Amino acid sequence: MNRHHVIAGISAPDRRLMAAGGLIALGLFALPLFGSALVVDKLTLLMVYIILAVMWNLLAGYAGLVSVGQQAFIGLGGYFVLRLVESGMPPFLAIGLGGFLVLLAAWPLSWLVLRLKPAEFAVAMWVLAETIRSIVMFDPLVQGETGRSLVSLNAIDPDVRRTTIYLMAVVAVVVSLVLSHALLRGRLGGESQAIRDDEEAASSVGVSTLRVKRWIFLISAVGCAIAGTIWLASAITFQPRSAFGINWSIFMLFMVLVGGLGSYLGPVLGALLFFALQEVFGDFGAWYLAGIGVVAILFALFAPRGIMGLIIGKTGQEPLSMRKLLIMREG
Amino acid sequence: MFDGVLQALLQGGLLGGYYAIIAAGLSLMVGVVRFINLAHGDMAVLGAMVTITLTEVGGVPVLWSIMIMLPAMALMGWVMHATLFQRAMRGGFLLPILVTIGLGAALQNGMFGLWGSNTRSLGASIGELSWASWILPGGIILGKLPVLIFVTAVVVIGALHLMLKKTKLGRAIRATASDPEAAEMCGVSSRQAHRAAAAIAVTLAALAGVFLAMRGQVTPYSGPAQLIFAFEAVVIGGIGSLGGTLIGGMVLGVSQSLGGLISPQGSLLAGHLVFVSVLIWRLSRDWARDHGGWRASLAISAIKLRRRLTGGAPAPDRAPSSKGAA
Amino acid sequence: MMTRLIVENLTCRHGLLTAVRDVSFALRAGEVLCVIGANGAGKTTLMNAIAGTHRPVGGRIALDGVDVTAQPAFARVRSGIAMSPEGRRLFADMTVRENLLIAAENGRAGDWTLARVLQAFPQLRPLTDMPAGRLSGGQRQAAAIGRALLTNPVVLLLDEVSLGLSPAAVEGVYQSLAMIKEARTTTMVVVEQDLTRALGFADQVLCMAEGQTELQGMPGHLSREQITDAYFGIHDKELSDV
Ligand SMILES: Nc1ncnc2c1ncn2[C@@H]1O[C@H](COP(=O)(O)OP(=O)(O)OP(=O)(O)O)[C@@H](O)[C@H]1O
Ligand SMILES: [Mg+2]
Repeated sequence: MNRHHVIAGISAPDRRLMAAGGLIALGLFALPLFGSALVVDKLTLLMVYIILAVMWNLLAGYAGLVSVGQQAFIGLGGYFVLRLVESGMPPFLAIGLGGFLVLLAAWPLSWLVLRLKPAEFAVAMWVLAETIRSIVMFDPLVQGETGRSLVSLNAIDPDVRRTTIYLMAVVAVVVSLVLSHALLRGRLGGESQAIRDDEEAASSVGVSTLRVKRWIFLISAVGCAIAGTIWLASAITFQPRSAFGINWSIFMLFMVLVGGLGSYLGPVLGALLFFALQEVFGDFGAWYLAGIGVVAILFALFAPRGIMGLIIGKTGQEPLSMRKLLIMREG
Repeated sequence: MFDGVLQALLQGGLLGGYYAIIAAGLSLMVGVVRFINLAHGDMAVLGAMVTITLTEVGGVPVLWSIMIMLPAMALMGWVMHATLFQRAMRGGFLLPILVTIGLGAALQNGMFGLWGSNTRSLGASIGELSWASWILPGGIILGKLPVLIFVTAVVVIGALHLMLKKTKLGRAIRATASDPEAAEMCGVSSRQAHRAAAAIAVTLAALAGVFLAMRGQVTPYSGPAQLIFAFEAVVIGGIGSLGGTLIGGMVLGVSQSLGGLISPQGSLLAGHLVFVSVLIWRLSRDWARDHGGWRASLAISAIKLRRRLTGGAPAPDRAPSSKGAA
Repeated sequence: MMTRLIVENLTCRHGLLTAVRDVSFALRAGEVLCVIGANGAGKTTLMNAIAGTHRPVGGRIALDGVDVTAQPAFARVRSGIAMSPEGRRLFADMTVRENLLIAAENGRAGDWTLARVLQAFPQLRPLTDMPAGRLSGGQRQAAAIGRALLTNPVVLLLDEVSLGLSPAAVEGVYQSLAMIKEARTTTMVVVEQDLTRALGFADQVLCMAEGQTELQGMPGHLSREQITDAYFGIHDKELSDV
């Protein structure tokens, strides 16, 4: 008999969770068959929130990169789609290509910002988002603060449009969840875990922290861009001030912080909660947004690991944890 | 044309005074407490709102309103550090960002709830100061208010510099910035020093907010833009140097007003681009320094690039040993 | 004479590692304790715990009968405990004068003034306007001790007095310390690697190994052999096994 260490596989409760997730996804795909237009629209927004939360969590929770400038990519994604559509591309194709163009833009940016200290990175991203907004405003197509509508989308039958956008949103959520699961369970996840635990030690055993961070930064940029394009497609009008608004960052931060920074399911939980809060209290407008800020402060100070942290505290383990556990096998 | 540029240079430089005041507070926090308060711009707007309310609703003369508002804001900065920031700082770099961005959201929207969305200004309360100007030879117009703001900036930054150099509190703040534990060993409470710095920073922000409202208009959502300008001025001038902050503010102001000559939107963009250029320049300089100087590092990059292009056998990956020897 | 400093069952940890375990001693006013021990024995951790920059997990520290265990470092300075720390920890970009001034302004009132410190450490006199970061090792040590003295402590903690100094510089520092000792008002705890020096200067010695007290007593009552054995952490039991 010899003993060796292996990386623990996926546990039974986690398997059940994943199966449940699959069922929910199927249900979401089927929803347009019986859901009302309003429900479909609302759920599209929820999907956008989930994508954003998952992407922000990849950045902050797994790569230690706290950005308050992800709206740069949300807005840029929307702008590219607008540009492509105006130059004659079919809208739904443009939505896909928009993400790719943002990848091309994010790559040179990553060279710049990833070399900054963590706190400087946060603000520098914000400044970059503003810079990109100022550049976009130069395009006469955008019509300054007024913004511009995706006119050709209006030409499509509203029901078809709504359903297509919704289905794209569900696909994007499924892809981002599956992809980040695969990534975090794979080599990148192990490396980012090592960096998160001890950056110096990780780089001393040959993990290129810059490479890992760059990958996650780029993935998150593309994810935010896709969320931005879907949001634009359902909101129709591209307005630089809202597309590049700091509110996006506040929402992302709220969802991830409240749900559970650095956990796999936390951001999904956070997005659901944020969506629900928005539905219930959204009518209070500014006071509601002020409340979001206060809740974020309270969580940051008193429960920095969010709801998921509280669950872990109770049950002793994290559902669908991405942490790799070494277990002893005999055989 | 030439006159226009000269006018823009002058106005931009004076505008830099405003940026320097708001940036000085941010710079103090970053340099001394190693804490970036993302709600710094919102503090400025709050200061402006309080002053406007005291003046317009309370009927208090402007100067008196400012005199009442500034100590109140200082107290608020002190309390905020003692309650929020200090606790957030225990959680590494992450929590301060989360807490202060949440604070910003709470302040902006809270102010919106209290004061509504109308743009507000102190311009009407300061009489002719808001439009009076001197005409210089050559038709150059020099506004009295911009000059006042600039002079205030120089005085404030000079005073801050003297305070840090010559007073007990200033030395305690600098000692804490350099080594908080060693400062404690000399009897300095690093917490008190941090709180004092936070109080000064918020006061400076609030003073800048007053000038902002005198020069033009503020809304509850003007804060983030002010934070960004302040951050740009700090980075352009070099983090941790007060003199640099004044220069950084002026560079930002001049680039904005020159950009404004090109197009109305060009103003903000020019400022942002100068910031990005300074960042790129600084990062590449550091990168080159870490790789044995400009010449050596460029040579290494060239070799690596050639190798990648030709796909040739990897040669031993060694930097030339002496600086700039390649 | 009353007991000035009492350290009782002090235990300190760095994470899981117990760096100081159950250390106790008592010193009267003006008494000098030398702490000796191999690298990593826990001397610095002990000093930091007394100064208040390291929070102990057990035991207590009392100054003139007042329990100061819960006081933060700056409050202890104001109560009268000052330290010249390992690595000197001067404020590198401030001048020597400013370094000294900070201690004078924030510490206690007393006999030690800037002028008197410059008299005790004449080598600092031409350097007062130089940034502390540009001093040599010996000058730094003088400035660090001067800085601690300027808070007018009743208990002076000196970590690694002679580390990295030339024999002449060590001699200079000890001459100044001897002056302070003669006055018999300032209690001193000194970490010293040089056994001869430590035994010559101290009223009491405390020898640590792996965080524990190996040997404690007055130099005159301890044999050189006992001390070397303790220094290397050789226990009686192990000796009898040999
Ligand atoms: N900041 C720290 N974090 C973790 N462990 C520490 C820390 N400082 C000291 N230690 C450990 O505590 C033990 C005691 O260290 P300490 O510095 O007190 O020893 P010392 O007797 O002063 O040694 P030296 O003679 O080398 O100065 C050592 O094992 C050291 O590794
Ligand atoms: Mg030591």
